[in-house]
This record gives sequence, C-alpha cells and structure tokens, in this order.
Amino acid sequence: MTAYLRPNTLEEALAVREAHPEYTILAGGTDLLVSGHRVPPPPGIVDLFDLRPLRGIARDGDGSLRLGAATTYLDVLSSDTGREELSILRAAAREIGALQIQARGTLGGNLVTSSPVGDTLPVWLALGAEVELSSAGRGARRVAYDAFCTGYRQTDMAPDELVTAVTIPPPAPGTRRFWRKVGTRRAQSISKLMIAATARLENGLIAEPRIGLGALADRPIRGVAVERAMAGRPPDEDTAARAARALAAEITPIDDVRSSADYRLTVATNLVARFVRLLAEPA
Amino acid sequence: MNLRFSLNGEQTALDVSPWRRLLDVLREDLALTGTKEGCGEGECGACTVLVDGEAVCSCLVAAGQVEGREVRTVEGLGDGAVARAVREELVSFGGTQCGICTPGIAVCAVRALEREPDASRDRLRELLAGNICRCTGYQLIVDALECAAARGRGEGAE
Repeated sequence: MTAYLRPNTLEEALAVREAHPEYTILAGGTDLLVSGHRVPPPPGIVDLFDLRPLRGIARDGDGSLRLGAATTYLDVLSSDTGREELSILRAAAREIGALQIQARGTLGGNLVTSSPVGDTLPVWLALGAEVELSSAGRGARRVAYDAFCTGYRQTDMAPDELVTAVTIPPPAPGTRRFWRKVGTRRAQSISKLMIAATARLENGLIAEPRIGLGALADRPIRGVAVERAMAGRPPDEDTAARAARALAAEITPIDDVRSSADYRLTVATNLVARFVRLLAEPA
Repeated sequence: MNLRFSLNGEQTALDVSPWRRLLDVLREDLALTGTKEGCGEGECGACTVLVDGEAVCSCLVAAGQVEGREVRTVEGLGDGAVARAVREELVSFGGTQCGICTPGIAVCAVRALEREPDASRDRLRELLAGNICRCTGYQLIVDALECAAARGRGEGAE
C-alpha cells in the first residue's frame, strides 16, 4: 500500500525525507507520471506540489533572486519579480509543453529529473545560478548548477536532501540575454537543442560571457571554449566566426529520434554567432 | 488511501491507491468517461480536467494529489453561458470530428473564456496549444471558440 504524505512546511518535508528516503518525491508529476503507472507503485509519495514555502519568486536582501523549487512555469510567467533578469527563464517557460504542463511542472522538478533536454537548465548556466539543497540534519547548502548536475540524469542531491530553491546573483548592469529553443513546433515539443546566453560589453569588448547549452551533450553544459573565444573581443563577424568554430570543436552532439548530430551542430554554431551579433546591436 | 475531494461541485470520497492516475480514477472508479485518454504522456491534452481551476492533464496527476482539491471534468462544465456557447459553437462550426480531443478542448476553452473573455484569436490558439487534434486542422475549432467568445461579450453570432 502506497503511503501518501503532503507536508505543509519545509521542516515537515525534510523530516519525512530523512525518515523515508525510499519514498518518491512528487511535484507536478509531468515527468514521473509519464511512466509511473507502468512500474510498481512506490512505497510512499511525498507530494511537494503547492508546498507554499517553496513556491514563488522573491528578491533577497543582497539583490539576488530566489526562486522556490515548487514554483511552476505558470508562476514564472505570471510573476513580476525580476522580470528583466528572468526574461530568458520566461522565454523557456513559455515554450515548455503548453498550459497544462506549465501549470504543473516545477523548477525543482526540472532540476532533479536532470534530463539533458530539461528546458530550464541551460538558463541556470547562463544566469550563474546556484541550487539550494536542504536536509533536516545538515541544513541548507548551495552549489553552482555546473556542480549540481554530475552526469546523465545525475545530480549531487543526497538521499536525505530536497532541492529547495534556485538563487541568481544580481546581474552586472548592461547584461544582455539570449534564449533560443529549437524544436519541431512552438508548443508541446521536446527540444532538439537550446542555447541560453548572457554577456555584456565593457569598453566595446565582450565581458563575462556565459553560454548554457542544452541537448548537445549528456547533460546541460557551459560552452567554456565559446566563452573563451568571445571574451575580451569586439562583437563583430570575426568574433562570431571564432565563437562558432570554438563551439564546433567543443561539442559532439548525437543523432537521435529528435534530430541529427549534423543539424544540431550547424544550428548551434549559427545561434552562437547570432548571440555575438546581438551584442553589437543597441540595447 | 481514503481520497476526499470535490468533483464537479460534489464532495466525493473513495478508497484508491494514491499513485493511480487521476484519469483512471475518473473513468474507471467514478464512471466519468467523458475525459478521454489520448497519448497518456501529457502531450495531447485529451484528458484535460481542471484542478483548483487550472487546466491539467489528468494522466499526469496522481490521485492522491487531488485530496482536498476541486476537480472539474467535462461533465461538470455546467450550463452557464460560457459552457453553453462553447458546446453549441463547437457543434455548429464542425469543430469536432472523431471527438477524442473534444472534451479536453471544451474544458480548456471554458477555462480560457471564463478567465479571459476578451481573448484574441491568437491568444485562444496559445491557450489551446496543449490540445492536439488530428482531424479538424484546428481552424474550425478556433472559429468556434472565437464565436463563443463573441457571444460571451454580448456581440452575438455573426
């Protein structure tokens, strides 16, 4: 018999997590329920959907943004907090499934499922986000997204931990942001690839580029070589070509049911070049 | 578990595994077969119901998750002006053919027009983007909903 628990506070949720690490943590169900009814029922469910203390977006005292793990995509789309900084998160949220999925799917769910095609994940890389993990015994800790995702569908979350929030440091003034998901159609499509990027210009030269790439490796990755190829250079055609070449040398996309390696590589390099050109345009 | 929730305005209680899909509990235990299973993976929207007023795929909701919540299915859309307009215009425009997607379309359309009576054609398409139809090519559905919206605003049918 499957137990069903719906904690109302974070403390309650963490206590249950510690006592029953074997229970399934369920939020919106948009990933787990796809195959859930075809496998034996779990011994218990801990339902975190609508766990109020983990739902919503707020600005902390130091200017960083804090997004609760139980925040849905629809919450992201209807929140006014950090509208400019979160423009690329909103763009990603708008393209996840459609209304029915956006109303249920959560930021924490996307993080913990940790699919290489998770649509919000490249955004966290581009925004320099940290993932907050909490446990009853050890309190809260924060890890950079790059360190949180440790491999194909693997995360750094311990059996007694829950993902409780994502935090985003205050952006440098003049930061430009770019998001592009490529899929077969606007709604209800699983990405062929995604690029999320931020950078700014300092004395006409590209500063602090951060490139997040989705569906181009076994996990969401930073385009480290692309960033190196852009940093300190003017946003011109030469830099666009260098960035595109750097990306081509950096990634080895795969052929699968959704796209081909060739297509992914061509489109991804084009999009990196497009981001460089965007930086040359007036803000 | 002993699951208690409001179903189409009536308090309902039944003994179910909390892991079962809401879709199956509605169809098999409660005989509300208006809600259809299309893909069973949250891609098609045929099984859409409203939980606390929000459109969700009932194939992706675990039964336990509706404990204490309000569920509204196509059977519970009622006879209000919006529901009537949606139903009548879907029929009169031919916005339904095989019918598998129609209950989900109707649920989403009623939610859309109750919340956004001034929704434009583009907005209606966006709000219905999670409902796949393999028969109509969508135009007749959107035509019907545009007309239902106009009726709701007192503009009457053309």
